[in-house]
Amino acid sequence: MSSTEQQTAYFIPEPSPWPIVGMVSLLTTLIGAALTMNGVAVGRYIVIGGLLLFAYLLFGWFRDVIAENLADRYNRQVDRSFRMGMFWFIASEVFFFLAFFGALFYIRNVALPWLGGDGYLGATREILYSQFNPAWPSHGPGALGGTFTPMGAWGIPALNTLLLLSSGATITWAHWGLKQDDQKTLVRGLMATIALGLLFVVFQAYEYFHAYGALNLTLESGVYGSTFYMLTGFHGFHVTMGAIMLMAILGRSLKGHFSAHNHFAFEAVAWYWHFVDVVWLGLFIFVYWF
Amino acid sequence: MSHTSTLHDVPHHHANPTGWRRWLFSTNHKDIGTLYLLFALAMLFMGGASAMLIRAELFQPGIQLLDPDLYNNLVTNHALLMIFGSVMPAAAGLANWMIPLMIGAPDMALPRMNNLSFWILPAAGTMLILSFVVPFFPGGGSQINTGWTLYPPLSIQVGMSMDFLIFAIHLLGISSVLASINIIVTLLNMRAPGMTLMKMPIFCWTWLVTAFLLILVVPVLAGGVTMLLFDRHFGTSFFDAAGGGDPVLFQHLFWFFGHPEVYVLLLPSIGVLSHVIPTFARKPLFGYKSMVGAMIAVGTIGMVVWAHHQYTIGMSLGAVSYFMIGTIIISIPVGLMIFNFIATMWRGAMSFETPMLFAVAIILMFTFGGLSGVMLAVVPADMQYHDSMFVVAHFHYVLMPGAVFGLFAGVFYWLPKWTGHMYDERLGKIFFWINVTGFNLTFFPQHFLGLAGMPRRIIDYNVMFTEFNVISSIGAMIFGFSHLLLLYIVIKTIRGGEPAPSRVWEGARGLEWEVASPPPFHTWETPPPIRQEQSA
Repeated sequence: MSSTEQQTAYFIPEPSPWPIVGMVSLLTTLIGAALTMNGVAVGRYIVIGGLLLFAYLLFGWFRDVIAENLADRYNRQVDRSFRMGMFWFIASEVFFFLAFFGALFYIRNVALPWLGGDGYLGATREILYSQFNPAWPSHGPGALGGTFTPMGAWGIPALNTLLLLSSGATITWAHWGLKQDDQKTLVRGLMATIALGLLFVVFQAYEYFHAYGALNLTLESGVYGSTFYMLTGFHGFHVTMGAIMLMAILGRSLKGHFSAHNHFAFEAVAWYWHFVDVVWLGLFIFVYWF
Repeated sequence: MSHTSTLHDVPHHHANPTGWRRWLFSTNHKDIGTLYLLFALAMLFMGGASAMLIRAELFQPGIQLLDPDLYNNLVTNHALLMIFGSVMPAAAGLANWMIPLMIGAPDMALPRMNNLSFWILPAAGTMLILSFVVPFFPGGGSQINTGWTLYPPLSIQVGMSMDFLIFAIHLLGISSVLASINIIVTLLNMRAPGMTLMKMPIFCWTWLVTAFLLILVVPVLAGGVTMLLFDRHFGTSFFDAAGGGDPVLFQHLFWFFGHPEVYVLLLPSIGVLSHVIPTFARKPLFGYKSMVGAMIAVGTIGMVVWAHHQYTIGMSLGAVSYFMIGTIIISIPVGLMIFNFIATMWRGAMSFETPMLFAVAIILMFTFGGLSGVMLAVVPADMQYHDSMFVVAHFHYVLMPGAVFGLFAGVFYWLPKWTGHMYDERLGKIFFWINVTGFNLTFFPQHFLGLAGMPRRIIDYNVMFTEFNVISSIGAMIFGFSHLLLLYIVIKTIRGGEPAPSRVWEGARGLEWEVASPPPFHTWETPPPIRQEQSA
């Protein structure tokens, strides 16, 4: 499995149907979603069809890539392309989250003081909503969604922080095992990471349940509810994706696909997992804590 | 798909693909580049048609051809089709075709993903066109009347076509990010041995900066329109002051993307110019290093000046001052580029084939647009110009010469390389003169209209503005129909013509001129040696 040949030709894949499948599945899913959101009942079936096609695409595309890798058709330069590609993909994800963090900072530091009469808008406040207190957490002058209790930091969120940080350690442990060609450590480390990740998702789901039931904190709870659910929700979605990716990697590890020198897929998922971890730290500090 | 290959066989010695599979399943950068360019050409005509309808309506005051909703819908569609459908795909098409040839790489680094980046575009185009036509069906809701900036609260009140538009933007974003990742990886990992970053042709440098910009700003737009979607359907209040949100937040998110987007459109064309001008002045590019520095500076500063699109929203004095100064500072690196081009031409042995005509026109007219941009950057002055036809004139002077003429120059410059045939030089020059005349006739009078107070994006206007609008509309028709000549020239060149040598232009330097015209299906399967004089 060693790809020591520096000078073999760069791998150019044969024509592949997967990009077209990807295009059709994305188009189907999104048309279905647009229809569903506007109350067209048939939309949800179109969405399901599109998502099934998308799952088929993922299986098919990755099956091809794995087969090519096992046939040792990638040289080091191809490996480097994959690594750089994954790195810049994660960079784009960082900026996706930055939009939501930016929204949070803007709301807290600019928009709410404005509503509170900062600058030349003081008169508006006096006339329209003089009793409004622009302190965070806020659901605005309209008090949208009714009275709610904001989410505290030192219950489940702190526990979740611990879980995700530990999972960052366990995946490093797995990587360390892989580098020693120690399959047992690799598999154990991955299993522990997946377990911690899933536990995180379960706690997060319980937190939402608690927030909706006991705290009356909903998506409609003004801008606090909006930013809270949007940031934690997209993060939770990424954790779920990461956990699924880890499971795929676990399956491949059990099949013995990885060696100490050839395991880009493992590292890509590990980077992704660390990225999700770092985003969580941002969430814990700025959404829950302060 | 067969995986019967033995170890280390060279995979691309199968027979070259033919028929529909060649295009749909392609992993070849040249074919994908062609697909991008054809898609861009189709969208150019659709976006152009909507612009000509707008100008036909504005031929005289009053409401003649269109109703106000349709007018607003066309304004929105024109911008989106041109920016996302035409200019960006055309620039990506040039990148796909030329970057591997220029750096001596066998293909883009991630060829399958390259095909995905392209094929998402027709899906996005479908969603975009659906967003335009859905309101005409029963139960389709209202037409999109927000303009391409999609400001809430108006965009929250539009019917279901806005959801199609939001998803179209998501798809366009995925396509751009994937294409940018591919370009960055190709440029950083696939250069022939010996081609250091500072020997890389300038077109590659411009795309490197552009791709970084896209990766950093497109996800922010995706996040912004996602919030819009949630505000529309799931009861969040990001942009609703009643819930503590702020409609202005969307403007910040949009323009954090929207302003760097201007440089995304501009920089690849600057890259084309950096090849065209040295070729036809028969001198190397003046100030290669300062060009690289200038475009990095433009990209970096361009990312932190977005709010100059929003001076009138009531930002604090400190904020508007910062955004004003930052914006004016950008004119320094842009000016540097322009002076480098002029210095390249200085005492050159110049000849004026069609690409060079476009290049000279760009230097004149883009500078003009840049100068009106400095006027708009000044806060107190902008308070008067804001949302007037002056703004329309300004950004068309920046984007038509800065982006589209650069792409035209690139197409004429490389068309013989792609097709193996020389284009008809006489027709090319006729196209240039009609096109440039039409353009100036259309947009120059709009400066006066704007300064006199005519607002933009409104179907009707005061009778005092009639004369200049008549001139502008006549110009627009000349300008619009002139592109049929472009189509004719391109088709004629594809079908035949004088055979082109591999070095099409005698003054041209660079690896792309060392392969045959048209290049074989696979090029640079072994990396070429890099000699000093090849660097552009």
